[in-house]
Amino acid sequence: MAAQSQIYAGAFADPVFQAQSVFRALMDCFARPGTVASLAALASPPSPLGKASGAVALTLCDHDTPVWLSPALAKSAVPQWIAFHTGAPVTETKDDARFAFIERGGAVPSFDQFALGTQEYPDRSTTLVIEVEAFTGGQPLIAKGPGIKDETIIAPTGLPDLFLEFWTANRAIFPRGIDLLLAAGDAVLCLPRTTKLSLDENARDTGGKPPHTFPYPARKEA
Amino acid sequence: MNDLATYNFAYLDEQTKRMIRRAILKAVAIPGYQVPFASREMPMPYGWGTGGVQVTASILGPNDVLKVIDQGADDTTNAVSIRAFFQKVADVAVTTKTKDATIIQTRHRIPEETLKEGQTLVYQVPIPEPLRFLEPRETETRKMHALEEYGLMHVKLYEDIARNGHIATTYAYPVKVEGRYVMDPSPTPKFDNPKMHMSEALQLFGAGREKRIYAVPPYTEVVSLDFEDHPFEIQQFDKPCALCGAENVYLDEVVLDDKGGRMFVCSDTDHCEDRRAHGHAGQMLARPTQESQEAAE
Repeated sequence: MAAQSQIYAGAFADPVFQAQSVFRALMDCFARPGTVASLAALASPPSPLGKASGAVALTLCDHDTPVWLSPALAKSAVPQWIAFHTGAPVTETKDDARFAFIERGGAVPSFDQFALGTQEYPDRSTTLVIEVEAFTGGQPLIAKGPGIKDETIIAPTGLPDLFLEFWTANRAIFPRGIDLLLAAGDAVLCLPRTTKLSLDENARDTGGKPPHTFPYPARKEA
Repeated sequence: MNDLATYNFAYLDEQTKRMIRRAILKAVAIPGYQVPFASREMPMPYGWGTGGVQVTASILGPNDVLKVIDQGADDTTNAVSIRAFFQKVADVAVTTKTKDATIIQTRHRIPEETLKEGQTLVYQVPIPEPLRFLEPRETETRKMHALEEYGLMHVKLYEDIARNGHIATTYAYPVKVEGRYVMDPSPTPKFDNPKMHMSEALQLFGAGREKRIYAVPPYTEVVSLDFEDHPFEIQQFDKPCALCGAENVYLDEVVLDDKGGRMFVCSDTDHCEDRRAHGHAGQMLARPTQESQEAAE
């Protein structure tokens, strides 16, 4: 019975307005990559899915959006929770999925295994939701692209080792490609496929800590 | 609140909103690319801004302040009816002041006042496909976008030059977004094109009849197509606004009589009113102060 109550509980208490507030946070984050936004409404999905990822699922998934779940999530009560609250079908085929969820510490498959869209319809690609430890303290990465004035620095902890390679390959096939949503605690950070990431050369000496100039590095006077 | 009970918040049902919201997120991720969406019938005819209304309804929340403009004006039919629609179905705060608004729905103008971070501009788009008048088949235009094959658009602009000596396109002037997609900025005058470039605000475009949503994120390159020897130029006006004296703004021509009398006034009514409130006066501004004082005496 405990498992059953897990499945039926944990959705938004006020679905219309809470879904709207979560969506607006996601829209602003995709429009301004690198921005970390705390979600005003959270879900309580069964472990190991996080509160922010759960809120994203409730906001965006429904019967039109096949969802892929990582092996650990697929074994938990999460498939039933998603089925009950959103009606989304769970798929085992990665490139059928409109959304994919990976719990904290879960293995991240390379991004090209998911739907990348076609050259004619690049929007038909998977949006990946990956849970990370935190949005600070990791290897600093310089982010550039639409939505970012000059450049910004992100330093999430808990990304897969090959993340930068996955992302560079994903960026190279623009306009195709996946879009990425990182979740930690009650916050999200979004990386649309347009964002270019590179290692912060200046930060290498600081032992992986973000440079003091976060978020905008100071410019040397010419 | 009793009026609201018969509708979901902001008129659309939640499944429709989710569908549109997913389209908006993909549109933001691929700047300038037209995302197909399942446009709904709205309680107004196609051509009245059903695309913009659906986008606004899907992003709108109870804390938003909405401004609606039609050709720059807050007080024309389309603007008034859409504003009233959202007051009725979402009970949302409305304003005519550009700087107070969080969401601005627009038909064919970008406000003169520079938009800020946190504001979202929603365009009503009649024909989203910039290549449509050159190639009527959707299958072909889609392939042209896929292959980044935009030679035809340059030929069109070149033919303008060959016939008229200059690029005669004055509205819906094609732009290239972030060096990839050629996009129709909706029928805004080309005067407004430079405002889209590196704007701080998020710009969303909704085409209801054509069932397309597209977007330009903040700080995104939007370049008007041109030639080295015929660079893009915006319209110039000989006189300042007749009411507020503003220069470097887009002006509407108003015919005054049948003897050729006319005046040119700001198309952005809020900008014009704001300037007049700050003491700026144009040539033809009626100055009631003196007369009304005399009448009072």
